[in-house]
Amino acid sequence: MIGTRGAPVDVLVVGAGPAGLSSAVAAADRGKQVLVLDLGLRAGGQIWRHRDEAALPRVARQWLQRVRAAGVTIASSARVLDALSPDELVVDFGGRIDRQRTRALILATGAKERLLPFPGWTLPGVVGIGGLQALIKSGLTLNGSRVVIAGTGPLLFPVAAAAVAAGADLVRVAEQVPLRTAAAFAMGLLAKPSAIRQAIGYRWAFRNTAYRTDSWVTAAEGDGRVRRVLLRDRGRSTAIDCDWLAASCGLCPNTELAELLGCAIDGDAIRVDTSQATTVAGVWAAGECTGVKGDIAALAEGEIAGRAAAGDAPGSRRSSLQRRRESGREFARRLAIDFAPRTELLHLAGADTIICRCEDVRRGDIDPRWTQRQAKLWTRIGMGECQGAVCGPACAALFGWQANVPRPPLGAPLCGDWAGALVDEDVSGER
Amino acid sequence: MTPDVRIVVDGVPHHVPPDITLAAALLNLGVTAFRRDVRQEARAPLCGMGTCFECRVTVDGVHNTRACLEPVREGMSVECGR
Amino acid sequence: MSRTPDVIVIGAGMVGTMTALGLAEAGARVTLIEGEFPGGGSTGAAMGHIVVMDDSPEQLALCAHSRDRWHQLAASLPASGEHDRCGTLWIAADDAEFAAGRQRIASYAAHGVDAELVDQRGLYQLEPHLRPGLAGGLLVPGDAVCYPPAIARALTERAASQNVTIKLRTHVDSLTPHGVRLSEGGTMAAGGVVVAAGVASPRLVPGLPIVPRKGHLVISDRRPGLVRHQLVELGYLHSAHTFGAASVAFNLQPRRTGQVLIGSSRELVGFDQEINHALLGAMLARATGFLPALHQVRVLRSWFGFRPATADKLPLIGPWPALGNVWIAAGHEGLGITLATGTADIIVAGILGTTPPVNPEPFRPDRPMPAMARAA
Repeated sequence: MIGTRGAPVDVLVVGAGPAGLSSAVAAADRGKQVLVLDLGLRAGGQIWRHRDEAALPRVARQWLQRVRAAGVTIASSARVLDALSPDELVVDFGGRIDRQRTRALILATGAKERLLPFPGWTLPGVVGIGGLQALIKSGLTLNGSRVVIAGTGPLLFPVAAAAVAAGADLVRVAEQVPLRTAAAFAMGLLAKPSAIRQAIGYRWAFRNTAYRTDSWVTAAEGDGRVRRVLLRDRGRSTAIDCDWLAASCGLCPNTELAELLGCAIDGDAIRVDTSQATTVAGVWAAGECTGVKGDIAALAEGEIAGRAAAGDAPGSRRSSLQRRRESGREFARRLAIDFAPRTELLHLAGADTIICRCEDVRRGDIDPRWTQRQAKLWTRIGMGECQGAVCGPACAALFGWQANVPRPPLGAPLCGDWAGALVDEDVSGER
Repeated sequence: MTPDVRIVVDGVPHHVPPDITLAAALLNLGVTAFRRDVRQEARAPLCGMGTCFECRVTVDGVHNTRACLEPVREGMSVECGR
Repeated sequence: MSRTPDVIVIGAGMVGTMTALGLAEAGARVTLIEGEFPGGGSTGAAMGHIVVMDDSPEQLALCAHSRDRWHQLAASLPASGEHDRCGTLWIAADDAEFAAGRQRIASYAAHGVDAELVDQRGLYQLEPHLRPGLAGGLLVPGDAVCYPPAIARALTERAASQNVTIKLRTHVDSLTPHGVRLSEGGTMAAGGVVVAAGVASPRLVPGLPIVPRKGHLVISDRRPGLVRHQLVELGYLHSAHTFGAASVAFNLQPRRTGQVLIGSSRELVGFDQEINHALLGAMLARATGFLPALHQVRVLRSWFGFRPATADKLPLIGPWPALGNVWIAAGHEGLGITLATGTADIIVAGILGTTPPVNPEPFRPDRPMPAMARAA
């Protein structure tokens, strides 16, 4: 079934986070043969990234059990290299390259961090906030290391708690928005007691660390690795010594594969209708890649997408799934507005600050009046290994450029691997 | 408890836990220069989840392999700072 | 033409910027009009080779002169132009191709182009990663590679400093008897108009025999030293010059960045905007076939562009008699970067009424043209 260049699967899901898992279960429950491709070593996506399944929250364990019980096949360490069409992907199955055909495709590609450049952000030891969390969950230990976390939104809390649990000397948590914004957002959560309880639990875990609003990184300093972070903290400049700086400014959807397939993008998210259908026939999308809204709504979107991809007629607009979907999208809108990066964060990079970390293109190399394509061709910005996955969202914020349309292949595969999958064996007789 | 695995980093053998990623293993070993940029400055993991390509190292001779996506494996040979 | 002609050049690709700069340096008053930005068209998609081809004596003559002019220009180019005189190594897969390479030495020599035959042992000394069993090669040391969009940008900036009026993001709707009409409204008058709009030229000059010939390229990650010369298969002439059918040929370039640029493909499919994965696969298979080490090189990105092709493989350079005071500098197919310098020289001489450095007659845009193969 997997990558035999033979019969297609009924439903192919890309991403094994909450949306991917729930869509897979929904389709499998309707008798469909489902294959999930996941970049990670184990299913769960970023939010449920784990080494020991027993340590996961109950909802995550339940979903992993459900997906197994439903007979869904999960291919871990599977990387999508290219899309020949919406019904045929080129996939690296952990070192074995093949084409995978499918009758329906569900994108549950999740989100990445919005990393806005500041002086010193290329120093080793400067990581994303979700990046720190991912590294901790992947085995990083922080025994006594001094850690500063600076960013925005609800993600700060679980990562701060995780850093403490990993042994960090967590010296500061900085939230860029003012106290009134953070407080208003928290008030909005009052209707969700579980979210409040969770937040209080996280705060308790890092109770010995100052959580400062109206506070953001202006620069990182160090020689060969970060040693000090400069903060603008409630109108004052301050410096804190540290070994790790986790800094980012919210999340943004992963849309590279969707763009390769030609799906329309609204703002920074994949455009979907109420059944999670994209603008390309046979392709659905669910979860954070259609707008960052959290795991609860992602699970609902996944279920809607799984049902639709399995051929169910659209459900009622008043169904509980649709209500969860709508409240999730409303939450996404609030998040995007409340925790939007403040203007100061768009002016931290100096002329000498690297913007494109792959090609070492500096802020001063770019004239903001240029179009994105002009800047790419003249400076190679966004044309390195990550294909603008990091600098794309940054440039969107700094210069107002549109999302960076990727060119195949995705993920910088070995030439031989990609070429082998592209050669049409019927024609060449090779391979 | 599964036993540690042995990996070789720039010619030096190390024992690391079996179920972690190569990126985590290298960071725990104190590696700061996973790769070097155009001006030879050290770079190290940023996103931790396969997006940024900053953690690329040479694994068993294969260049520019993302350490954050690789589980450590017995006998794995790694070269950093290229 | 008056003694100080005023000329509009349409298109800020390599040919247009070089021509605008040449005209300005010769004393003309020049306006350069570009719909997007310098180097954003076929120039931005090109491999960027400065190479002497000898498909025909006319082509060889223009290539040889053009390359000399690039050599003169090279020192004044910014580092971002990545001009690198790495030379071209033509690969002979077998004895027949090796013999063909031997014949080319004489024709090169007649135009002052140094070339030397490299035997099998010499071939692997020059490029150790080539597959075993190749017969030898032909080394042309004076050939170079460059990064075309950065050079088009630099030439535009230099032209601006020579008082050329630069109008970017300005679209020419049509030619008028005395200049151009702009899509944004209004007209611009000039004593002469040079159409250097590449594949877009026939839109302005109906009947101009140029068709888009699509090509794909792939670029690798940084592997300094993997290849040292531009590598082309001597069989290239067969594969690259069969008009009509889709084809691939082995063509690699070492870039100043340490990256390897992998080509090439040719197909006549109009302005088709889809990646042709099967053709791309065949192109990469051809490349890895010649250089097996490429299997272990990571590829970052592929893209495609459109060569402005003519049926007789020669560019269109000179006046277009059907329209008074209109000059054509287009139709260079895959040699637009190489031939930009020589093209500019011919246009400048024509407009200024001086003696051209190369006989322009074979490139007259209104010459009889063989029938154009139709898109597959």
